[in-house]
Amino acid sequence: MDVPRILTANWGVPDSHRLPVARQRGVYGRLPRAFGMAPAEITQVVKDSGLRGRGGAGFPTGVKWGFVPPAEKRNGKPVYLLCNADESEPGTFKDRYLMWLDPHLLIEGMIISSRALDVHRAYIYIRGEFRFIARRLEQAVNEAYDAGFLGKNILGSGFDLDLHVHVGAGAYICGEETALISSLEGEKGQPKLKPPFPAVEGAWRSPTIVNNVETLAVVPWLIEHGAAAYKAIGTPQSPGTKLLSASGHIRTPGVYEVALGYPAAEFLEKECGGLLPGRRLKAVIPGGSSVPVMTAEHLLKSNLDYESMQRNLPGGDSNKIIEAGGSYLGSGGFIVMDDTTDMVEGLTNLLRFYAHESCGQCTPCREGCGWMYQILCRVRDREASPGDLAVLRDLADNIHSKTICFFGASAAMPVQSHLIHFRGEFLERVQHNARGAGAA
Amino acid sequence: MSHAAPTAASRGPREWTPEQRAEIDKILARYPTRKAAVMPLLWMAQDAWDWIDLDIMRLVGRTLDLPPSHVHAVASFYTMFKKAPTNKYLIQVCHTLSCALVGADKIVEHLERRLEVDEHGNSRDGLFTLMRVECLASCGSAPMAQINEHYYEKLTPEIVDQVIDAIRAGRNLAEPRKEADQWTFPVS
Ligand SMILES: Cc1cc2nc3c(=O)[nH]c(=O)nc-3n(C[C@H](O)[C@H](O)[C@H](O)COP(=O)(O)O)c2cc1C
Ligand code: SF4
Ligand code: FES
Repeated sequence: MDVPRILTANWGVPDSHRLPVARQRGVYGRLPRAFGMAPAEITQVVKDSGLRGRGGAGFPTGVKWGFVPPAEKRNGKPVYLLCNADESEPGTFKDRYLMWLDPHLLIEGMIISSRALDVHRAYIYIRGEFRFIARRLEQAVNEAYDAGFLGKNILGSGFDLDLHVHVGAGAYICGEETALISSLEGEKGQPKLKPPFPAVEGAWRSPTIVNNVETLAVVPWLIEHGAAAYKAIGTPQSPGTKLLSASGHIRTPGVYEVALGYPAAEFLEKECGGLLPGRRLKAVIPGGSSVPVMTAEHLLKSNLDYESMQRNLPGGDSNKIIEAGGSYLGSGGFIVMDDTTDMVEGLTNLLRFYAHESCGQCTPCREGCGWMYQILCRVRDREASPGDLAVLRDLADNIHSKTICFFGASAAMPVQSHLIHFRGEFLERVQHNARGAGAA
Repeated sequence: MSHAAPTAASRGPREWTPEQRAEIDKILARYPTRKAAVMPLLWMAQDAWDWIDLDIMRLVGRTLDLPPSHVHAVASFYTMFKKAPTNKYLIQVCHTLSCALVGADKIVEHLERRLEVDEHGNSRDGLFTLMRVECLASCGSAPMAQINEHYYEKLTPEIVDQVIDAIRAGRNLAEPRKEADQWTFPVS
């Protein structure tokens, strides 16, 4: 596919993470133009580009930025920019390579975004397991300070920005933006009820924008090439390119930059290298572990963009989307399963994850995830009865949308979709159970 | 059978060294509140003293004007803060879906046999502690394990053996591995 490399242009260049190489490749070259623009003009470019957040929800970035109250309504409070580098959604590993191979691109994106948002102190919140990447980021930040791209009066513009790397310590939920904020503040990483939304009242009760690594790394390209050039890539409602993380039963797992709207069948054949010899496609989880699983048949008819994955249905009703054969693009974590996969085993694996990672604040989530996992273990071990499947479905439907944060739905959607699309495998396990009940 | 494991015996009250104090001043300057420094200080303490005991929690609390109960709540919430000692090399094998699909369980079983681990994951030789963990964002280069800070990816039983032998022979864990700079992983 012939697509401009917006996010991966410098991957594979020797020492791409060091400042001299990055500069030679054009990184930081967009700063003079950005400083020549009014902050509102930068936000306007981001709005016009149609860029949507790459952390999972796909919310339009420029619109989110627009929620920050104007200076006169902030009572002198600062605005914070937080880069979400928690990358903890199973199946997702793109931000890791972006930070490892091109940390300066992320820093340049954060400088330009901070300028647009009137931010003077920004943080990169990175998961604790990535400490080796945090060190590289810190080295890049120091290089940027020494070169005058960070600190006081950047490039003589009069604009000041301090950027710090904050290291988490192992908790999936800290990827959720309000949990991330709690964690940064030195609390347990537990989500908070919205509203207020972080853009109005976030870190230290100040207006705060949380954006994913990949989202912020697009911004320099927008400044250089303009919104129209970005909109020319992808689909009208899902413009631009996206990093997809491909894993599972394929011949070339890895990270790929594709234009949104790319046919899934082509992605699977060309980028993923197809399946192993003699295997057939069974299922794909297209957007990280939290989105509904798709059957081979539905996946092969889909295009990889936000609307087509949702079958053009509104995002809130996951059961409708699942029944229409759709899912969500989510984080772009594309997990491929061939015909050797045991779907009961796979779902049990995922629910172990959600039961382990629930932060425990909401009863439906804390109890429900553990309960769903227990039932699934029994189904897997042929210890459950058909009635248990009904309870399982009921639990999933009742967790969805009844919790403080979206984690509850994230645990529910894999269950709902597996039970709808792979019902036969679950039924077989409960009908032919170890107690001999119903055995034919 | 349980092997001799590191014990969580009290190590006595702690104080920061002058170098650590200088580092703490730098950390505090990064945040608008002292409380925000709690995780960075817990990391610093763990790096220096291997695991976080109650005396360290008290020290961090004193340093940041926080009640020890708050430090305790934070330290307990995050799985990477060790509340008990482990052996020198902590091997964490990811067993979430993408890794499970391509053989994470085989890697764990191989390690269990090779290291002769007990029910707590401690190896017979007292050098390793083995654990299963959830997704570490290496799903494309699965199966994988994190050993202390370092990622080991595209594991096979043979690679696992090489890594274990190298560690036992005292080789530096930080030696670069080619996977780190790669972002696609063709199946050979
Ligand atoms: C349970 C949960 C986990 C999340 N994990 C991540 C994550 O690891 N990285 C990320 O960027 N966003 C994650 N998000 C989404 C964030 O809450 C937030 O929407 C995102 O960082 C906003 O950035 P964007 O608009 O650039 O996408 C998660 C959300 C939920 C509900
Ligand atoms: S939904 Fe789950 S993870 Fe989210 S706040 Fe409630 S208990 Fe915590
Ligand atoms: S599933 Fe193992 S690293 Fe992601």
